[in-house]
Amino acid sequence: MAIDHQTSVLPPKLRIDGLAKRYGNFTALEPTQLEVHSGEFLTLLGPSGSGKTTLLQLVCGLVDASEGSIFIDGIEQSNVPVHRRDIGLVFQHYALFPHLTVSENIGFPLKMRGVPDSQIKTRVNTALEMVHLGSLANRFPKELSGGQQQRVALARCFVYQPSIILMDEPLGALDKKLRDQMQIEIKRLHRESGATIIYVTHDQEEALALSDRICLMNHARIEQIGTPREIYMNPCSAFAADFIGISNILRGSIQIDQNRNSWLVTSYGRFLLPAGVSKEMVSGAVVVRPEHLTFDATSPNTLRATVRDLVYAGSETRVIATLDDGQDVIVRQPPDIEVPGRGSSITLGWQAERAVVIP
Amino acid sequence: MTAQAIKRVFVNPLWLAIPGILFLLVFFVYPVCSLLLLSVTDPDTGQWAVKSYTRILNTDVYLRVLGITFRIAAQTACLSLIIAYPLAYWVASLPERVRNKALLLIIIPFWTSYLVKTFAWMIMLGRMGVINSILIGAELVKEPLPLLHNEFGVLVGMVHTMVPLAVMTMLPVMTSIDRRLISAAQTLGASPSKAFWLVYFKLSLPGVTAGGLLVFISSLGFFIVPAFLGGRQQTMLAQLIITQVSELLNWSFAGALSVMMLVTTLTAVFFYDLIFGISSIAGKEGSESSHSKIRIFGLQILEFISTAANILSQLSRVILGGYVTERLLAVFAWLIIGFLIMPTLLVIPIGFTKSEFLEFPPPGYSLRWFETYFNSALWLTATSRSFIVAFLAACLATAFGAGTALALAKSSSRWAGFIFGFFLAPMIVPRIVIAVGMFYLFARIGLVASNAGLVIGHTVLSLPFTVVTIGAILKTYDMRLDQAASTLGANRVRTLIHITLPVIKGGLIAAFLFAFITSFDELTVAIFISGGLATTLPKQMWDDMILQLNPTLAAVSTVVLIVVTLLLLIAERFRKNTIS
Repeated sequence: MAIDHQTSVLPPKLRIDGLAKRYGNFTALEPTQLEVHSGEFLTLLGPSGSGKTTLLQLVCGLVDASEGSIFIDGIEQSNVPVHRRDIGLVFQHYALFPHLTVSENIGFPLKMRGVPDSQIKTRVNTALEMVHLGSLANRFPKELSGGQQQRVALARCFVYQPSIILMDEPLGALDKKLRDQMQIEIKRLHRESGATIIYVTHDQEEALALSDRICLMNHARIEQIGTPREIYMNPCSAFAADFIGISNILRGSIQIDQNRNSWLVTSYGRFLLPAGVSKEMVSGAVVVRPEHLTFDATSPNTLRATVRDLVYAGSETRVIATLDDGQDVIVRQPPDIEVPGRGSSITLGWQAERAVVIP
Repeated sequence: MTAQAIKRVFVNPLWLAIPGILFLLVFFVYPVCSLLLLSVTDPDTGQWAVKSYTRILNTDVYLRVLGITFRIAAQTACLSLIIAYPLAYWVASLPERVRNKALLLIIIPFWTSYLVKTFAWMIMLGRMGVINSILIGAELVKEPLPLLHNEFGVLVGMVHTMVPLAVMTMLPVMTSIDRRLISAAQTLGASPSKAFWLVYFKLSLPGVTAGGLLVFISSLGFFIVPAFLGGRQQTMLAQLIITQVSELLNWSFAGALSVMMLVTTLTAVFFYDLIFGISSIAGKEGSESSHSKIRIFGLQILEFISTAANILSQLSRVILGGYVTERLLAVFAWLIIGFLIMPTLLVIPIGFTKSEFLEFPPPGYSLRWFETYFNSALWLTATSRSFIVAFLAACLATAFGAGTALALAKSSSRWAGFIFGFFLAPMIVPRIVIAVGMFYLFARIGLVASNAGLVIGHTVLSLPFTVVTIGAILKTYDMRLDQAASTLGANRVRTLIHITLPVIKGGLIAAFLFAFITSFDELTVAIFISGGLATTLPKQMWDDMILQLNPTLAAVSTVVLIVVTLLLLIAERFRKNTIS
């Protein structure tokens, strides 16, 4: 609790103010505001080219900003060279030094900081234990598997306790199973070290699994920022709705009736919108998550469709149905529920307050 | 042998290398070996004798020459590395599109004829040469400085020829270093100069050792540069061998001197391997043990250097300012490129002089020396002979090289590495040794002073270049195309003709042109094999340079320079297009 108390008094761990990067006419990052709190796990999520790696490189100083400033613990960093910023970066392809052994790799940042040899030894050993690699201390990186190399890269970063740890798609080169394992590992390291971590990924599942907050990026700017739950439940745009989780998006114009209820008028019918839709909106779309669609024809909002495909995924069954104009909608049902067969006509329904309205 | 075993032997792709192997056995291995044998034979009685060797040991002039050769080669190697490293680093750090253009500025001097380069330095460094004229003109010195016919002249000439070789050897290693490792070192707290020395420099060392070795062993066999730029005190071993053969006709003794040179070269290679491990040349990483004392010691030395460099770079920032310091490397690189290219460019205006002398700047311009060249039957026959010989040698070398490269690319045999090394041998064994051996062989079968002899000799020397060039192209060739062709019904021969050869065509043309250039300005073999009327262009230049320097040489050099540069640019274009 003491820590919570402190964070309210101290400046945020990282504050980014109007930071932007341009290469000639190409904008890699629009002017951006962002705050990251001490001990937080923030994910920069977005497709490739969305500016997340640029933002990361700006923070660690590998790239100079075109404008704006970066504050770590309230101190401006523009004139601090890479090697004096107190930042750790875990590279996508690990960037382990091939000519140094595992323990020399991990000891490297300590050596650069002038830590005495005796201390280096104990701290390296602690770091090795932390990632369960004690037995491989004298191996060279090329003698390790991908997962082991990734652990070394993590240990090399955690060993000197930088104030912020940046991770650039660190699990991108690993296969699915190893990735799941390493996610748990990274979560544990975060919990045990209390480090502030900024994590870049284009994998939404990874972002949902790891983050305290997700910073969703698109077209060189921040699209939406919030906890995974907030973004999933309340996407602010079609992009956000589509990128995180699966969404059914129906577009149309918005009308308000005499009862002050908002309706979305589409070619598939008229749908009641949840309360609180801005009066200025004349057109928009409604987002309905697959798990909120039911085969209940008595719902206030219904949709006629034809079942095109059934996907059995163990814990759930996905029904892919086609609307009259060829658009697909996806329905998620628990595995024990009987679903209509392929080719059958169905009526889908949802509760108005389950849907989200986006521009 | 079972039917299957027979089949396996017959379809083994290594068969494609057989013609090349046989050719090298007859015209490279046999002559060199018989020369070695000759050195232990008494010339009068034909008995076994070590007379030649006792003579070497008892005459201190030979041992002294060996010492001079060793010293000059070692100095050349050190200076070339020191100059070439920053240049190679600069080229490697350029963005890829610019890098290929900058690389041309190094490839062109690499292929420029040794004779033209040496001739250029004679003009630059002479008593009334370009440098002395400028210095006296600017009243910086009263008397011309002694720049020529001494160790300084030899070193300038040697380093000038060897820097491109050093750069080209180091560059592949440098470009393959993952630049993210430098970023990683910096995010981990290493200052830029520490990141460079502890990571980049250490990882580039295999290239440095390979470059040092290649420069060293190439320098051991040099004779053009010391002959023209050095004095008596800079006589090198290859010059002695030439004198023994062409003036004294003492085969046995020339053989013994050749053995000395070969042994020196091989010893150098052996010790290099012992200290640095040349396995790095072949692109294999040495299997260092993590506790090896040498490794730890090496890391400590780097640690020390990096700390010193760190202080130096901070000092330079204080004295020169950050802006200048960051640009020092580029400035240095351009200065070196100027050093590599300027002297040879200087030859062109002198070719157009109207003066009788090699003055710079020329007092006036005329075409008279080109007229002399084009009206001289001697020069013209030499030129046309060079073209014909180069064309034939390039055809042969490309054919043998293509067969060998294909064989090596398709074979997974454990012999493949050995065969590759065998084909590179003509590049490692000093040319002078090959040339003398060949002369001895050709003298007995009547090939001396014949075009055929020259073609054979030049084919041997260009074979390594064609094998390497075509091999590099084949590395980028997708072997699945062959499999696709065979599933579609093409047999091996038709696959080769309709699929493989058309796809690698550009590489074949590039290899052909590299072989052509190699032969076109080859001098060592030509000195012995082309005699009397059957002389080649480089041989004619060599004779003229020994006899009397004159502006015709500048005109001829201009022609050679243009022909070689044009062919080179075309070859580079073909090579690159095929790779991309």
